[in-house]
Parts: sequence; structure tokens; C-alpha cells
Amino acid sequence: MTDKSAKTAASIDPAALAMIEKLAAQGVETAFDRHVEQGTRCPFGDKGVCCRICDMGPCRISLKEKGAKRGICGATASTIAARQLIRQVAAGVAAHSDHGHDIVKTLKLAAKGDAQGYTIKGVDRLMALAKEWGVKTDQREVKEIALELADLALGQFNQQEGEIRYPAMRAPEATVKNWRRLGLIPVGVEHEIVETLHRTHEGVDADYMNLIMHGLRTSLGDGWGGAMLATDFGDILFGSPMPVRSQVNLGVLKEDHVNIVVHGHEPTLSEMVVAASRDAEMLALAKQKGAQGILVGGICCTANEILMRQGAPVVGNFLHQELALATGAVDVMLVDVQCIMPAVIEHAARFHTKVITTSKKAKIPGATHVQFDEEHAYDIAKSIVRTAVENYPNRKGQDIPPNKTDLVAGFTVQNTFWHLGGRYRSTFRPLNDGIISGRLRGVAAVIGCNNVRKVQDDSHLKMVKELLKNDVLVVMTGCAATACAKYGLLQPEAAAEYAGQGLREICEAVGLPPVLHLGSCVDNSRILVALCEMSREGGLGDKLSDLPIAGAAPEAMCEKAIAIGFYCVASGAYVNYSPAMKVLGSPELTQLLTEGLEDIVGGKFSFEEDPVKAAQLMMRHMDKKRKALKLRPLMYAKSFLDEESPEPAAAVSTAAAQISEPGKKGCGGVRP
Amino acid sequence: MSKIIASAAIRGAREIVAQAEAMFEKVREEKGESIDVGYPDTAYYLPMAHALLGVNIEKLGQIKPVLAHARELLGNVPPDRLWFPYLGTTLDAGIATLLAEEIITVFRYLYAQEPQPGCNGFFSDTILRTLGIQLVDGRMPGFAAILGAAPDVDTAVHIVRELQKRQIMVFAGSSTNGVSIVDQLAEAKVQMGWDTYIVPYGRDTISAIFPLNWAIRAAMTFGGLKPGQSRACLEYCKNRVFAFGMTLGEVDDFKYATGAGAINMGFPIIADTNIPEILPTGICTYEHVVRELDHKHIVPRCIEVRGVKVKVAEIDIPVPFSAAFEGERVRREDMHCEFGSKYSAAFEFVHTRNMDEIEDGKIEVVGPDIDTVAEGGSLPLAIYVEVAGRAMQKDFESIIERQLHHYINYAMGIFHMGQRDIVWVRVSKAAFASGFRLQHFGKIVHARIHDVYGKIVDKVQVKIISDDAKVKALLQEAKHAYDDRDARIAGMTDESVDVFYSCTLCQSFAPNHVCVISPERLGLCGAYNWLDGKAAFEIDPTGGNKPIAKGRVIDLKIGEWEGINEFVYSTSNRNIESISLYSLMAKPMTSCGCFECILAIVPEANGFMIVNREFPGMTPCGMKFSTLAGSVGGGNQTPGFLGVGRLYVLSRKFIPADGGLRRLVWMPKEMKTYFGDRLKARAAEEGVPDLVDKIADETCATSGEELVEYLAKVGHPALEMESLLELL
Repeated sequence: MTDKSAKTAASIDPAALAMIEKLAAQGVETAFDRHVEQGTRCPFGDKGVCCRICDMGPCRISLKEKGAKRGICGATASTIAARQLIRQVAAGVAAHSDHGHDIVKTLKLAAKGDAQGYTIKGVDRLMALAKEWGVKTDQREVKEIALELADLALGQFNQQEGEIRYPAMRAPEATVKNWRRLGLIPVGVEHEIVETLHRTHEGVDADYMNLIMHGLRTSLGDGWGGAMLATDFGDILFGSPMPVRSQVNLGVLKEDHVNIVVHGHEPTLSEMVVAASRDAEMLALAKQKGAQGILVGGICCTANEILMRQGAPVVGNFLHQELALATGAVDVMLVDVQCIMPAVIEHAARFHTKVITTSKKAKIPGATHVQFDEEHAYDIAKSIVRTAVENYPNRKGQDIPPNKTDLVAGFTVQNTFWHLGGRYRSTFRPLNDGIISGRLRGVAAVIGCNNVRKVQDDSHLKMVKELLKNDVLVVMTGCAATACAKYGLLQPEAAAEYAGQGLREICEAVGLPPVLHLGSCVDNSRILVALCEMSREGGLGDKLSDLPIAGAAPEAMCEKAIAIGFYCVASGAYVNYSPAMKVLGSPELTQLLTEGLEDIVGGKFSFEEDPVKAAQLMMRHMDKKRKALKLRPLMYAKSFLDEESPEPAAAVSTAAAQISEPGKKGCGGVRP
Repeated sequence: MSKIIASAAIRGAREIVAQAEAMFEKVREEKGESIDVGYPDTAYYLPMAHALLGVNIEKLGQIKPVLAHARELLGNVPPDRLWFPYLGTTLDAGIATLLAEEIITVFRYLYAQEPQPGCNGFFSDTILRTLGIQLVDGRMPGFAAILGAAPDVDTAVHIVRELQKRQIMVFAGSSTNGVSIVDQLAEAKVQMGWDTYIVPYGRDTISAIFPLNWAIRAAMTFGGLKPGQSRACLEYCKNRVFAFGMTLGEVDDFKYATGAGAINMGFPIIADTNIPEILPTGICTYEHVVRELDHKHIVPRCIEVRGVKVKVAEIDIPVPFSAAFEGERVRREDMHCEFGSKYSAAFEFVHTRNMDEIEDGKIEVVGPDIDTVAEGGSLPLAIYVEVAGRAMQKDFESIIERQLHHYINYAMGIFHMGQRDIVWVRVSKAAFASGFRLQHFGKIVHARIHDVYGKIVDKVQVKIISDDAKVKALLQEAKHAYDDRDARIAGMTDESVDVFYSCTLCQSFAPNHVCVISPERLGLCGAYNWLDGKAAFEIDPTGGNKPIAKGRVIDLKIGEWEGINEFVYSTSNRNIESISLYSLMAKPMTSCGCFECILAIVPEANGFMIVNREFPGMTPCGMKFSTLAGSVGGGNQTPGFLGVGRLYVLSRKFIPADGGLRRLVWMPKEMKTYFGDRLKARAAEEGVPDLVDKIADETCATSGEELVEYLAKVGHPALEMESLLELL
């Protein structure tokens, strides 16, 4: 148990705080408590200089002047940190790609008629993609086209020669040319993951620069490979999102409804669960059990998937998973893959809640496992819904916080064309014009997770508000989007309150919220495509790295976030990543990531912790790009170039400051 | 904020589409689905639907899918909270409005409810083509569609005068609170019509479709775009047709809906009331909706928002001066005095002098001024212009002299007709009352010549002579000069020069078209001959007219030269590889769209017909001018069809490769009358003195069959000639 001040500093979300307080009173632990319990993190692990790759070690590199500067094999801090980092990249890429792979496979099964309950809802999207991929559509059946396209896409994962197709298909020519010059376009998505594991094996690649370049290569297989396929094929299978209204936060749970919380990342099963929750038979059963209806709400990216396409309410983001269960109002928590804390089972055990795992890849001791397979998808979904309905009468007292907030979501590249120009003049022009004329400074993508090392949602909110105030249009995905949704930033009305005058004028002209929700974390690929469209629309340079844009993951938590950061930087973006990646123990590597990469790929990282300062660094980068493009001065907002603000090299000094901290005795990966 | 606009536009669109649907049902009940529907004098069916959807609507039944499409384009009015993006929905509602308004007005034609009294109604294709050249040469830099009514008549007049002064074509119509600007202008006795640049289209907002479905035709007529290339047509309007909407008084839902349609075409809306603005750009070139509450500033604001390039001539005379006043007439009852015609001797003469012989800006009035003349009286007049300049050539005299007609006409309240010694000038009572006197003719001529011909003329001195004896004495000298010039021009042949001139003025409208002008073949618009090209090049070497060295002869018979081909290829954006000057069948020249006449093959008659754009009737090739024009314009090469200037018929190089004048089998009577003896003389030169009588006109043939019958009866020589199809 922890003291009260640590808990009030846990979140800015009143619903979360109320639940945390209630749980503390009941003596129940959450991630917020376990974070305090963990204490100061092992500095060697935290700074990336602990190597556990071979069994001669663990080795660690001293963070002070004295002490070991090399591991037993001679690996330096740079080698050790770079190896560890690109392994994280590979893990993140693997997560998104496995997800993408499953979606493509589902489409293939659906096209063959072997996936129960799935139809091809996005026929327009299928036709557009078929055209892009060079699949003939004339006088062919939809299923036939889908099958050919799915086979082509599946080939992208395990391709062994050539290059994956999306980069050259979509990115501006000059960007592709640079990637090719550097040999950065992946041969196949899995090919590069395999190579990462090989390179980082004991005694292989010791050159931190060479390792990082391969990390960038591997990451492109995510953003321009697995994740992009996940988005595109999700749109084919489930239909492209259109703007939807919904609500967010624990208050969306209903006392008088059967509450099913879907948690994890993939849309395949959750789409079916939503469908089954509308099944007349299930609704009748719910009535019979005394419930008014069946609510399916989501947590993490599963939430975003069914929000974007079905308008389903969002129960919360990553750090809400335990809190949602603590309401006692959840009849079933259904999980698939990624970001699922094993701790959920402890909360469920206190109530009637059943936690159901569904993926062979993700089992939790104590949970009920119902193996999902596409061929019986609807039957399985229905059986899960039935379990939830039948569990409803077992509720033992519930306490749902009242907090819920309206939001508008459902933005995609395809519907943005229409929003900006209608059907006859569909275009990105008003966005480009907004930037060129100085009404908008640029576009920022703020994405990523929650992390207990930061106050929940606080960094997202502060950063986004700072950006909006200074005429930056913000696009969001994942738990970051959920964070801002809770505070009303995804409402169109928010433009009047939070946006600078230029952004407000654009929002009012188009009817846009100042923050656009683009979906789940695989949907960051939508951001890449949007950047390609901005570049293609013209007036903003010829490479993605010419665009006045920046990205940030202000509460990053997982390896997927690192992979996303990598592919954004590899695509030419400036990315502020916080908390810092585990590299600060190597000044050379930190230098490469925060400065050196810019000359190579056009993008780079910064690791600024303070969200407002980070936003200003991002805007400074946009202003630098604006200046290089000779764009007009900003109409209303001030330029950050004029100030003597520190260069993003701040991250290095942060690193130095942390290194000079009185370090605790190292742990070698084992808790002291 | 613009949600208000979006809501109003979507509401308005829903109502207009509902009206169109209701009218459709009514018409179907009363007249049946197979009744013919359409506008008069157009080859573009319902032009908006034709351009955007590629449909050729001729029968009522065909309207149904268009209405269904319009209905499908209608989204919801944004709610008070948590609205979805509405710009796209609003623009779609705008398209739905345009389609529905077109349908409503076409139904009105069925019931003879259009044109409305005192209004033009639908704008014909002929008008579009006639105005073509003015659009491109800067005489008409933009278009204003006014909707509503000014707070009072004086303000209405002020606004249109401000627009006229800038030579902006004004389409006036719609109403506010039951009052229309059309009636306000009529009340103030403002002359309205195409000639005065003020065209009333109708008294309700729905009739504002007329200027809009006129503008969209420019994309197909001049831009060479195909029906159904909707986006390209809309963007053509945005990039090349400098139109804007000006709303006067309250902007209601219908006006917003129509405005949303206009914005799709890149035409912004400027209001004189306190409406919300849409400042961010992207669909229009600049702002989309702005307000300007001060009527004194509204016209400049419009020009700024649309980016219209206006050159205002500031001339120190007591009346407004603009091309927009060129077509204005001075009726006898409004006249203070007149010169020329049968009332007195009058002429104009431009004469080249040495630099030291004249004094620039010297304006001398010799004889009594117009304040000595009783109202309704007349005076003799000589406008004697002496010019000098290092680059001035004697050949340019006639070019400058011909412009005097336009310059003098530009002054409000002054009417001018003819040239040389057949001029006729009137000064209105209003102009006289404003202080207009003879010296002002000099001021106009001096200022305009400097402005337009500044590159070749350094000094201009003007004598305005009204003394009868002096006028008559000088006239003798002028007549000698006229005769000399005619002789020189007559002796000028394609063989006597090494260079022809290009004209690419129309490329602002027809990007792939190039005119090649030779001494014996004038530009197809009829406005530019070889000497004009030469002078224009002297004036502006980087302008639209450039000398083209003929280069090596490829085929003298059809008039094909290497130099010409190379120039045309590179200047047509590599679209046209080769052209001939003397054939209609082999590699004919392209057309922009503003041709005076069309020459077209009539295969069954083994000859060609010619029709001028003013001729409204059917021709023997089975098409009216407007339909025929569709296969000629847009910068495309179409053997057997050719746009030409009227006077080309009299040239010795009139399609000689295809048999020349002997091939001419049909022309409208009006053209025959116009050519008169000149055509007879040419026919005699060709060895067929009675040819003119053998050429059919609309009184003897309006179909191929009738034509062949007539030609056989009179023994037209074309029937005996080599088969035309062999020439293809």
C-alpha cells in the first residue's frame, strides 16, 4: 500500500482517482500501487546498459567514470543499448504484424466463405486497394478479388526477396529514393524481424549505427507493412470508418445493462461480439435476466476499433483496465492480445466478473479460455455474450463513477478528402492551404499509451492543449486519443475553447474537432498515408521530411510504441518520445537518435519529459520546416524559432543529468 | 461561424431539391415522360448535369436519375452539438442545388415561365462563343453574379457602375424582400444587355443557375474537357473563369445553397450583410465567404477575394470610361448632338510623323465646340491623330486607327460606329451635362494609345476639327492614305513574307490551342490579322503573338511548313504534331472555341458549308451552329471541321488544297449579303462568276437532301469535283 499523495498524483482523471481511492480504502492493489512498490528503477536497465543476451553475463556498464566500460565480450554501452533497443523494435513490429497478418487471413477466410459471420463490408475500399495493388477488378467477383489481394498481402509478411510494396506504392518519390539509397525498405516484414534477432544474438552486430539502421528497416515493416495491412484490410472487412458520436470513461458502463468489456487490440472477435450483443435472442435473454440491454464497451485499442466502426463506447485507456473491473459492473471482460495486465484476474476474483481469454497467444492463469477461431466466430461471440448475460444476475454490488464525456471519432484519410472538399472536389487542399497560408502551423500526431511513471493522461492533455493553442492540428490514435477524449478535446465544440485563432478558423470552416481520432495504434498507418496525401497535394516539399509535422508519444509504455517511433523517424518525422527509451547510458547512441539520424532519414527523436516543453520543441521543428519551405509567416501564432529555446539535444543533457544522479547499486535485471 | 452557413445551405438545398422533385411529378403527370426538355440554343443539353454527370438529357424521363443523385447528395443539417464535419456535406448540397435549379428552370421553359420579363433567362452557346475573345484579351477580366437588391436604387446603380468601370460582366438577378436589383436598375434607366455588360438573368435565386451553367460550359467549349469530367470542369471554372457572387441584402437559405454550388466552382461569395465568413482557402483560390458592409468598398473587396486582374483606365474626362460601356447606345431622344453618317462629314485618321514634328499630349480643337450646337443638331468632325515613335511603322497606322472605335465607345454616354470616313458619333445629353466636350475625344485617344501602344508610340498629338472646310480638305489627304494602305494589304501574300504570327491569347481558356495567322488567313476569331500579330509582337515580345519562321516547306499544296509544325507542337503542350494552313481535310488547324464561323464537310454534296455563330437555324449537315461547334473547339484537330474568321472566305488562300471557293455549297443568307460584291469578285477570279448564286442558303436548303437537290438543279461546280473523301 502506498501513501495518499502518491495516489492523487496517479491520474488527472476524476473517475480514475475516485476508483483508486475506493480501492485503497478496500486494500486492493492496482498498477499505481505496484509502481510505487517497484521503487526507483534499476539504473542500468533503465539506461539500457544491462546486457542479458548471453549466459556469461548479465553484464552492465558503469554509468560513472570508474567501473566497467565494456561487457565480458567487449560490447560497449552503445552496442548493448542499441541491441536491446532494436530487439524492442522487433517485438513491437512483431505485435503489429501478427495483428495485421490475422486480419488479412480473416479476409481470406471470409472471401472463401470459411469465416462465420464475416462479410466484405468495405467493397469500395477493396476496389480502391485492388487498383492500387494492380489486382484486376473487371468482370470479377468481389470474393475473387479479395482472395487475390489477400494472397498478395500475406506474401508481404514472409517475402524473402525484393521489397515490401507499400513504401514505393504510397510514399513520395524522393522519400522512396532516400530509403532505397540507404537500403531501408524491408525485404519482408518477418525477414527483418528474424534478422534483428540474429544481429542482436551474442557476437554478431556490434556497430550501434549499423544496428539502429536495421532497427529503422525493421520498423518500416510495421508502419508500411503489417500495421498498414491491418488498417487497410480491417477497412475492407469491416468497412471504412465514418464520423461517429460516442462516449468515453467508466461512466459509460450501465447498472441496468449487461456490461461486456472487450480489451486488447484486434477487431476480429470484438466486431462479432458487438454483432452478437444486438442478436434478438441475446437481447431477449438479457431481458429475461432482468437487464435493459447489452452494452459492449472497450479498453485499449479494441475499444478504438469498435468505436471507429460501430460507435461503441470507450470504457477507458490502458490504466483503466483494473479500474473498470473494480466497478463490479462488468459481467465479462473479454481479452485478446497486447496490453492486458495479468492483474485483471485479481480484480475479477473480487466480484462476479469473468475474464475470458480468447487467443492461443495470450492466456492468463485463472482466466476462462475460450479459443477463438474465425470459422466459428459468431457462435463463439454469441456464447461469450450468453456467458455475460447469464452472469448479470450474479452482480454483487456495483459502483460506477458518473464520469463520461461525449466525443466524435471515425476519421480516416479517405473520409478526410470528402470532409475537405465534398464528393466533387474531394481534396486535401484546404489542409495544405491552411499550412501554406500560415493559418495552421502544422500537424502533430500525439499517440501511444499510459505509463504509471507519468500521471495518467496528464502529459497527453498538456501537450495537446499547448499544440492546439498554437495552431497545430492534432491527430491521435490509441490510448492517447482516449485520454484526450475524456477531457472533451474530441468534440467539435473544443475548437472554440482550445484552438488558436488559425486552427479555429479551419475547424469552423470544415466542422472539424481540433483533435482527430484516427483509430487504434495500427491505424497510425493512416497518419503515414495522410502525410503522403499532404505531400502529393503539393506546396509542402517533395519528401515526407519536408512537411511541417511532428509526432509524440508522451506516455509511452510498450515496445509497439518504440516500433511506431522508429518508423515515424525513418519516414522523416520528428518524434518526442517519453519516458526516454532505454538508451541514455550511451551518449553516442543518444546522440545518434536525437541528432545524427536527421541527416540520414530526415527524422529524429527527442526525449523531453515535460509535455509543454516537448510540444514547443515539436513546434520549433515545424517552424524550421516552414522556414525551409519558405512558407508565409504564421498568421496568428508566434514562431518558436525566434526564441532561444534549447535544441532537442536537451535529451542528451537530460541523460547526462540522470547519469550523474547518485546511482543505486545495479541489479543486472534481478530486483534487489 | 460557418456552421450557420452549412445549416442554411443544406436546408436550402433540401428545399430546392424537393421543389424540383415535385415539379418533376407535376410535369410527368401533365405531359408524360417522353416529352422533350431542354434549353434553347445549346449543344450541352442541361449543361450542369452534362458536365458533372456526363448525361445528355433530352426527355423528361432522363431527369429522374439526376434528381435521385441530387437527393442522394443531401446530408443532414448539423446538430447544435457534436456535429460531424459539414464542409463536404455543404459542398455536396451545393451540387445538388445546381442540378435541381437546372431542372426547375428547364421545366419553367416548358411552361413558358422563362425568360422572366425583362430578363435574359438561359444564356445561349452563341453568347459564350461571342464573348470568348473578350474573356481572353482582358477586356472582360471577370464576372459578377449579383443576387438580391441594394438598399436603394442609387446604391444599386453605384455598384453596377463600379463593376462596369472595371469592365466586369454583371449578371443581375434574384431578390431581397420582394425587390430585385433587376427592377432597381430598370427604374434608374440603366441600359441592360450583353453590350453594356449588365445582363439580368431572373428575379429569383433559382434562376441564378443561368450564369453558373453558362460558366461550366466554358470548360467543355474552350477547355476541351469531356462531359462527365466533373472535377476537371469545376476546377477549370476555379482556375480560368474569374467569377464571384455578390449578395445584396439578407442571405436566405436558397442563396446560401446556390452559393455552396458556386463555391464548388471556385466562385466565392461576398455579402453586404453581417453574415459569418469562411476565410480559410482551398476550394476557391482565396476566401470562400466574406462580408463587406460598406457599399463603397464592396466591388474592390470582390475583386480582391476572387483575384480578378483589373486594369482600370484613369482618363481625365468627366464621364466614366470602360469597355463595359462600349455596347451602350445613345438614342435620338437622349442625344445632345451627332457627327457623321448622313448628317455631316466625319472621319478618323492616324498618321505617322517624325519625332520632332509633333508634341506629345497636344490636343487642339479647331472649330466650334458642341456647346454651340442646338440640342439634336450635328457638326462635322475629323479626329486627326498624329503619332511618332522609334518602333512605329506605317503598317501599324490602320491597326491603331481601328481601335479608335473602341476607345471612344468606352466613354459612358458616347456612341461610336464605323471607321475611316464612315464614322458616326453621338454625344448624349447626360455626357454633355457632365461637361463632355470635343477636347475629351483627344484626351481619350491620347491616353489609350499610350496605354496600349506605348511600346511602339512615343508621341501622340490629336487635332479635333469641326470646321467644315478644314474637315473636307483633310479628308482628301486621308482618302489617299486609305487607298495606299488597301493596295499594300492587297499585295501582301503568304509567299511575300518569311514569318507568320502565332496567337495563343486563348490559351488561358483553351490550353492546347494555337492559331497561326498568315497574311492571307486571319485569326479564327476575326479579331486578329497578320499585321495585328506583327504589331502586338512589337508591343509585347513575350505576349500571345510571336513570329514563326515558316522554315522548310513540307507540302506547299496543303500549306505545311517545318517551322510552323515545330512551333505548334511545342506550344500546344505537345498535343498537335502538325497542321496545314490551306486544308480542311488534311491536318486542319485547331480551334479555341471563339471562332466566328464553322466550315464543315457535307459529304453528300462533295463540298463544304459555312455557318456563322449568329445563325440560329438548322444547317444541311444536320446540326445547328451550337451543336456543330462541339466538334470543333477545345484545341482538337478534326478533319472536315474547322473554325474560321468570316473574312477568310474572301482570301485567295481559302482552303485551296481542297478546291477553294468552288467547294462552298451553302452559307446563311446574311453572310452572302455581308460579303456582297466582294465575294462575287473572288468567284470571278476563280473562274466561276455565277458561283454566289449557286451557293445555297437557308431559304433553299436546310437538309443534306434539299441541298443536293438544289446543287444539282443549279449545276454547282462542287458536284463535278474530285471526291472530298479521297482527300482525307
